[in-house]
Amino acid sequence: MLPILQTLLQGIFPSGDNIIGWIFQVVFLGIFVVFMFYGQRFQMMIMVREVESSLFKLKFMRDEARKTAITNVKEIGKLEGDPTVQIDRFLEYFAISPVDLDPSGVIWRLEHMLDVRDIRFKDDVKLMAPKADDTQINNLENMLEATLALNVIYRVIRHYYVLGKKTLSLYVIMQLQMILPLIMREADAYAAAQKAFMLGQPIGDGAGALVAAKLMQGYEKTKVEKDMVIAEVPIEGRNAYVLKAEGPGGNVGKPGEAIRQVIEKKKGKISLAILVDAGLKLEGEKTGEVAEGIGVAIGGPEVDKYKVEEAALKHNVPVNAIIIREDVGDAVSPMRKEIVDAIDGVIERVKRVILERTKPGDSVIIAGIGNTIGIGQ
Amino acid sequence: MSQTTPPTRRLSPLLFAVIMIALLVALVCIWQGLVLFLDQGYSDIVSLYLSVGLVTLAMSTYMMYQTRKRMVRIISMEMQPLSSTVQCTKCGFKNIREFKRGDFVFKETEEICPKDSLRMVISAIYREVKDKDKAKENAY
Repeated sequence: MLPILQTLLQGIFPSGDNIIGWIFQVVFLGIFVVFMFYGQRFQMMIMVREVESSLFKLKFMRDEARKTAITNVKEIGKLEGDPTVQIDRFLEYFAISPVDLDPSGVIWRLEHMLDVRDIRFKDDVKLMAPKADDTQINNLENMLEATLALNVIYRVIRHYYVLGKKTLSLYVIMQLQMILPLIMREADAYAAAQKAFMLGQPIGDGAGALVAAKLMQGYEKTKVEKDMVIAEVPIEGRNAYVLKAEGPGGNVGKPGEAIRQVIEKKKGKISLAILVDAGLKLEGEKTGEVAEGIGVAIGGPEVDKYKVEEAALKHNVPVNAIIIREDVGDAVSPMRKEIVDAIDGVIERVKRVILERTKPGDSVIIAGIGNTIGIGQ
Repeated sequence: MSQTTPPTRRLSPLLFAVIMIALLVALVCIWQGLVLFLDQGYSDIVSLYLSVGLVTLAMSTYMMYQTRKRMVRIISMEMQPLSSTVQCTKCGFKNIREFKRGDFVFKETEEICPKDSLRMVISAIYREVKDKDKAKENAY
């Protein structure tokens, strides 16, 4: 073995008239010169290849999601004919946000726009799947929205990739390559969400809804605006109005409007409002950890958050928040065991906060925020 | 919108052929180098054969590894298994089974409690993350 090694070393480090060694030297110098002039181009080629690989994965995810959506709509909707054209049209939908140059009344304009979007989406899904019931309509709508999100991600990344290649701009490609790991995580989450919505499985975002559902078990529930259910539950001698979106279809409802209505109905005589929601965890924190704070724990376009803040300010209602920590991937993919295990702990915390901050006989609001897919009441 | 592209499309036949030819050339070079070395001892041509063979072998193996890695990453988009906990509301008897389409939390199922003969309710639906992934999450 040693003579072979010696032979190789003699080839790489030449001495005297070793021709092979000289060839290596020349090749090495050649590579050095080429890299001096074209190093950046090579770097860009490597980055382009990485982006291309991720773009291919995104395309595959988008196409798979689309295929799943078509199959599922056909299976559930029992539409005579092919819904492919309608689904493709749905996947290209966009919504233009209202003017915020003049911020006065922007919340109401945004709410109106979201309502129109919601109605349009639901009507389209009903046309695609005329035989589906309300729960299935909600699940299909959520599933198509997740597919739409994957389509948007794919199109945007493709745009910058093609732009970077066309302009040969290292900086466009570099920015894309740097941000891609985060985008891929989001895309993975949407792909998982699409499958969860298709099968009606509870997702991590429904942690708040699950807490409310557990609290309202065995009590009479009434429907309130919009797509919300409410139950009056006696907790530790207090009268609690427990709210959640109506399940088990994929639905977030309008918790802000429902909370405002309860506060108005009780003429502001609410001693405490507790909002329970899934909260984004920082890296390094454990999934399912519970944390308490103050403020309105409602995500999304902030219309509901605004309504609760307005009503709470008007009637001087203290608003507390309890969050169950999870990352964005867990929030939109099927619920993890750690989150389910945390639910009883959250209920204990809710009871403790009520005991500490209210008196017997007081009225409190407990709102479970989040998508209630796969969670009944 | 375009049709679904199967993941296998990524490994083009041309690339596969190039890798295979390179691998073959590498093995032939190494073999030839070794035969010549054992036959005649050290010479420039032995060195050339071995160097070219080893460099080509390294490059083709790397290319093969890269292609395989990408394919594995794409194909691993499988669904994680989900469990439904079915519970008796009276005695608390629990049964954990695989999630079925149509299951939702607080749904009254057709399953009967063996102790109380009451219909059981789904009390939880969840997925379990592999210990390996959990360890990665909790490493810091």
